Amino acid sequence: MSTAAPASQLMGDGVRPATETIRIRVNGREVEVPKTMPDWQGKPVPTTMLQACEWAGVTVPHYCYHPKLPVAGNCRMCLVEYGTPALGPDRQPILNPDGTPRIVKSPRPAIACATPVTPGMEIYTDTPGVKAMRAGVLEFLLINHPLDCPICDQAGECKLQEYALDYGEAFSRFGEAKVHKPKAVDLGPRIVFDAERCILCTRCIRFTRDIVGDDALGIVHRGSYSTIATAPGRAFDNNYTLNTVDLCPVGALTSRDFRFRMRVWFLKETPSICPSCGTGCNIRIGSRQGRIYRYTPRPNDAVNSHWMCDYGRLNYKWIHRPDRLQKVEIRGRVSSWELASDQILQQLRVASPGSVGLVASARLSNEELWLLSRLKARLHALSDAVPREGEGDALLLHADRNPNTQGARLTGVCYTEMGSQLPLIWERIRTGQIRILLVFGEDVIRQGCDPASLDQLEMLVVCDVLPNATTAKAHFLLPGCAPAEKSGTFTNVHGRVQRFHAAIPPPGEARPEWQFLAEWVTRLTGESLPGHLPGLFNRMASEVRAFQGLTWSELGDLGRLVPV
Amino acid sequence: MVVVAELMTAQSGPKPSLLGSARVATTAGALGATQPLRSPAARAAVRVVPRRPLRVWERWYLAAIWGGLKVTLRHFFRKKVTLQYPEERWTVPEGYRGAPYLVRDQEGHTKCVSCQLCEFVCPPKAIRIVPPGPDGPPADRPNAEKMPLEFEINMLRCIFCGLCQEVCPEEAIFLMKDYSLTGTSREEMIYNKEKLLALGGVHAGIQKWKHKLEEARAQEEFPVRT
Repeated sequence: MSTAAPASQLMGDGVRPATETIRIRVNGREVEVPKTMPDWQGKPVPTTMLQACEWAGVTVPHYCYHPKLPVAGNCRMCLVEYGTPALGPDRQPILNPDGTPRIVKSPRPAIACATPVTPGMEIYTDTPGVKAMRAGVLEFLLINHPLDCPICDQAGECKLQEYALDYGEAFSRFGEAKVHKPKAVDLGPRIVFDAERCILCTRCIRFTRDIVGDDALGIVHRGSYSTIATAPGRAFDNNYTLNTVDLCPVGALTSRDFRFRMRVWFLKETPSICPSCGTGCNIRIGSRQGRIYRYTPRPNDAVNSHWMCDYGRLNYKWIHRPDRLQKVEIRGRVSSWELASDQILQQLRVASPGSVGLVASARLSNEELWLLSRLKARLHALSDAVPREGEGDALLLHADRNPNTQGARLTGVCYTEMGSQLPLIWERIRTGQIRILLVFGEDVIRQGCDPASLDQLEMLVVCDVLPNATTAKAHFLLPGCAPAEKSGTFTNVHGRVQRFHAAIPPPGEARPEWQFLAEWVTRLTGESLPGHLPGLFNRMASEVRAFQGLTWSELGDLGRLVPV
Repeated sequence: MVVVAELMTAQSGPKPSLLGSARVATTAGALGATQPLRSPAARAAVRVVPRRPLRVWERWYLAAIWGGLKVTLRHFFRKKVTLQYPEERWTVPEGYRGAPYLVRDQEGHTKCVSCQLCEFVCPPKAIRIVPPGPDGPPADRPNAEKMPLEFEINMLRCIFCGLCQEVCPEEAIFLMKDYSLTGTSREEMIYNKEKLLALGGVHAGIQKWKHKLEEARAQEEFPVRT
């Protein structure tokens, strides 16, 4: 694990990246670790034993520790044994006869998550003592754990299951009755809490208090009866509650949306980008057999750390709406892509300059917007994209609800002020200057275009995902794809170009927009374009000034920053 | 490489000197089934097994017929083992792996909690389970939070391996003794939850969730009631 790279990214301008290192030994192997590493806020703090072990590639099991949360040190799962060089009265290391420093083993174990390393320290994670401690901690945790794995949504990604298998004992010596606590408690509108399963690691409490700033959760009662609860009369309902479901190492906090819907081991996880706002949180799409079951955040320190908002996470259900557009229609009659493309291109070829309007959506990918700008240049069309504003917050949710506003600007589909040309387009449609209108993924009637004026058009081409007032008027209706159904790149509000990949196949006849747009541009301009997305991105990067020097493979999973 | 050479002229007696015209069959097919051996290396790799010619007694077929008739006569006077299927049926032994069915507990409740482990483990993917989801019907027995909305086994796909029974943490699915599954269409051979439960009947085992509920009720009330 490379913790050094995010460290340098996260540290402010005034702090220089740590270059000083300490030599320690992990299980007898000498490693050199940075003297400081970023804590949960990214501030450099002395490297802990757990970070040093991860640096050395040694796994230390843990429940309460999380790299992006303050250290609590309450689960005791990360206990390790260690030794430090013995010092003589002169404060100099005492040497063994062979010249190596004499190591004095600590009489007590230490929690690796909260103990800093010191020069010459030796950490032992595989001694019989450490193994016994881990088995002991697991035995305590399992005393009151209900073991209802068959009905628990966490089964398959449960740290208690995994560690019990890796480090635990096969049998329980506990003969008494387990303490039973309330099950299926509503902690908030989106969270269901099972008190029995909770191991009281307090990750959820720390997350909502220290990351979100909503001190909603706490531990109440004592001893075996301790449980997580909200303050009386308060619901756990901020916009980031579902992150606690990811954080919860066991199945105590479950998502009401995902509850009992699908076992996690069936889900195919596709790296993607959340299309719900301009932040562009990195996500994984969990899908099975062409159906999306959940979004989970994918760590990217430059964008979303380990989190995503509930709004974006639950904004996937429209993809499976039964009224999705699935068929190519020409003037209300079901047709084929070939026929529709032929007829559209025939009209576009003879269109006089200035007679074509183009309304794009900033929900399209960079490649699609670039192809549209190529189309615009060929047809001398008037084009714009539709701005989409909402209420943002301080953490992740951005006021710009378009995932690719910067992409629309950089590829030249719209001006810096998105939407400034829209009234002009509506006006020219009304006056008859614009005879052909191409609409991609937007409802122009909802954006202020006079519905009656659309009837005067010679040709109205609408490509969309869901039916709306504009698609009802379309002469050529083309079924498009949701971002989860195609691959591409988005440029977030800060100019980070990030890749997303197709998780599920599109429904019916729907095709990714870039596929037929590349075909159109090829047929209109005679220029040959790559027929695959990586090639298309590389071509775009070579032609669009802002993307200069980028390649599809270089973007990687974390994306690249471009100047905006 | 193992090379088996078969002399085409074996019937007329061994003639080892005919090696040059021997046709060989190779197990890997590298030399081809009917390729004559040419190269010295290929010849060296061949071990010729001479076939012994039949003796006069063996070539006189009446001896073999008599040998066969002896077996027939022996069975003629033994107890008959033929079963007049389907009128007569055999006694299916214990541990037989027939069709997998779902069972109910002694109180008539569905035992399956829709954990989908059988669906996961099933080698031919014959099992399909629809979990209830957050708004689905609750389980028909107290304390178990979940039961399948739909449970289908495609009996045409099932290979009766018994992994579903082995993996089930709830003892809810068992391979019963049904061995003759018939239907007039493919759809008919996909057994749904209702049919599987009806065929499975009752299996009186430990009632895990009932036991947990009783244990919880025996405790003094938990301080938090939310």
